[in-house]
Amino acid sequence: MGGPSRGVILQLLLVLAVALFFAFVVANTKANLERAGLSAGYGFLWDTSAFDINQRLISYDSTNTYGRAFIVGGLNTVLVASMGVIAATIIGFLAGILRLSPNFLISRIVTVYVEFTRNVPLLLQIIFWWVILLALPRVRDSIQVGAFYLNNRGVRMPAPVFEQGSVVLLIGLVVGVVATILVARWARARQDATGHKFPVGWTGLGLVVGLPLVLFLITGRPIGLDLPEMGRFNLQGGFNITPELVALWLALSTYTGSFISEIVRGGILSVNKGQTEAAGALGLPSGLTLRKVILPQAMRAIVPPLTSQYLNLTKNSSLAVAIGYQDLVSIGDTILNQSGQALEVISIYMVTYLSLSLLTSTFMNWYNGRIALVER
Amino acid sequence: MRTTNWAKGAVMALAIAMAGVSAHAGTLEDVQSAGVLKCGINTGLAGFAYTDDMGTWTGFDVAYCRAVAAAVLGDPDAIEFVVLTGKTRFPALQAGEIDVLARNTTWTLSRDVDLGLTFVGVNYYDGQGFIGRKALGVMSATELDGASVCIQTGTTTELNLADFFRTNNMEYEPVPIETNAEARAAYEADRCDVYTTDASGLAATKATFDDPDAHIVYPEVISKEPLGPLVRHGDDQWADIARWVLNALIIAEELGVTQGNVERLAGGTDHPEINRMLGSEGSYGEMLGLASDWAVHAIKAEGNYAEIFDRYIGPDTRLGLQRGLNALYKDGGILYAPPFR
Repeated sequence: MGGPSRGVILQLLLVLAVALFFAFVVANTKANLERAGLSAGYGFLWDTSAFDINQRLISYDSTNTYGRAFIVGGLNTVLVASMGVIAATIIGFLAGILRLSPNFLISRIVTVYVEFTRNVPLLLQIIFWWVILLALPRVRDSIQVGAFYLNNRGVRMPAPVFEQGSVVLLIGLVVGVVATILVARWARARQDATGHKFPVGWTGLGLVVGLPLVLFLITGRPIGLDLPEMGRFNLQGGFNITPELVALWLALSTYTGSFISEIVRGGILSVNKGQTEAAGALGLPSGLTLRKVILPQAMRAIVPPLTSQYLNLTKNSSLAVAIGYQDLVSIGDTILNQSGQALEVISIYMVTYLSLSLLTSTFMNWYNGRIALVER
Repeated sequence: MRTTNWAKGAVMALAIAMAGVSAHAGTLEDVQSAGVLKCGINTGLAGFAYTDDMGTWTGFDVAYCRAVAAAVLGDPDAIEFVVLTGKTRFPALQAGEIDVLARNTTWTLSRDVDLGLTFVGVNYYDGQGFIGRKALGVMSATELDGASVCIQTGTTTELNLADFFRTNNMEYEPVPIETNAEARAAYEADRCDVYTTDASGLAATKATFDDPDAHIVYPEVISKEPLGPLVRHGDDQWADIARWVLNALIIAEELGVTQGNVERLAGGTDHPEINRMLGSEGSYGEMLGLASDWAVHAIKAEGNYAEIFDRYIGPDTRLGLQRGLNALYKDGGILYAPPFR
């Protein structure tokens, strides 16, 4: 038999075997569920949940459905994952660059941080941060800075109350951001053409912060503040960030940050030393050399493994259940227990994490394509 | 590790998915041919299921497991204990990982019907309560508007809590934590103002505090929590056995049959119900598919209901629980087993 046709037949057989295996699993599961008298399906998502959730990005109470509870949990996962990705990236790049510092003390301190955090199990680090935060003053002895209160139940701060007319401010903010982008483009084109620089940073700050601020004053201050006040048990009003969120965020970002710092270090070391020397010969200061010469080339080596770290961080956020941060898995576990729909709940976990991972990968691949070396 | 419970759940879901479809023999035959009873118990709750100095499992729920093993296999030690959390307990039973679950589990309609389980009775009538610091100056759970409340996840307590605060039109911050130990630690660190769980659990928890007198259990009991053992739905013979072992322990208290005198009474007495239970009259063991002296073994394992209660959770233990609702009907409680005839 000829080479190619044999390969095709083998592949077909393999596909068939995989398909049969999954068909068997599905049929067998169905038969077993029926034998055990268990109901299958996703109808339970429309049942009333009857339990409460302490952190909600959308409105929710115990009269809502399991489905809505899942969405609340999914959003909490997305929240802590995005906060973690941002912080881990900043920590990772700083640590990666500092570890290459010629200053012995700085590079050693960073080495200790990296080796410590990446060699201690993440779960222990999460619990470590949580216990540290629980050791903060009790709610009655809160540390108060202005209208901000810090205690072992979190950080409570004034919450903005949007009154009528505040939509103007939002429009102002959007205009400011768009204008800044346009100015940045123009400034770049001008610098390419004439070599003159333009203070984009200050202009942008003025547009993004200044414009809404001016509008705020003109329109008669349409945003009020909801100030925290001490109630009988807790501070009431304002906005609270729970210690569980902070502990999870700190643990995830320092842990993943240490891995990212190694990736950054490797990326920088992969750039030929001649590049630094050439930049130096041209008279570029070292900060500018790093930003304009080294990092752009290092990014090509950094971005692909960085993507894996972002995916890891997102998935690791499910360890939240240990300290009671109500993420997808924590809320899903409660739903699983109340409804008994184990297979369905776990399938929802899988689909959610898979979607989040694919979204992250897609974005990072797009970014990687943009910064990839353009052969001239 | 606690946090991998959902992973365990996944494994058990997989077990449901992969379990063979071969015709299932009765649980009784399975247990007898294996020579060991697989009993699901708590991960550790003072008085109900805990390991003693020798590392063996013991406690109020464990005693029931031992009585079942003694009745079915003639040996109270022929048990494989499977430690389960609030979340893993039902999948474990559904998937056949265990034969009987004795893990202070509340009997509810949805668990009985929708989860494919069968409750065989009630071994402890409980209710959900709150514990708080005396320093708060709160005397009643109805004064808890605005409080932070620590709860253990995956239990009926989460639902009762939501209902209680909603019906009383009060606000609260739930702080849900996976295990009893960690929820307790959060309460001790003052992460929350009060801790809520079943009253028996509160007594068990309070007993382990450094300064138990600084805490107060509020008088409100906000729910009915009939705790009992359960088995898989669909094997009536096995459910009957599990039910009548529990009934035998209660009837033994009623008739004054104890661990000490059961062997002597088994020889025959002039009390017909004792004779029927212990096998010297009638063929009640045969009806259940067991040996005629099954109840003798069951009672000999840890004694009758009162002996088990007093040994593990009664007034003289660290938990110091009164019989209360769990006294026999003739002593003012609601413990009432159907007649042995």
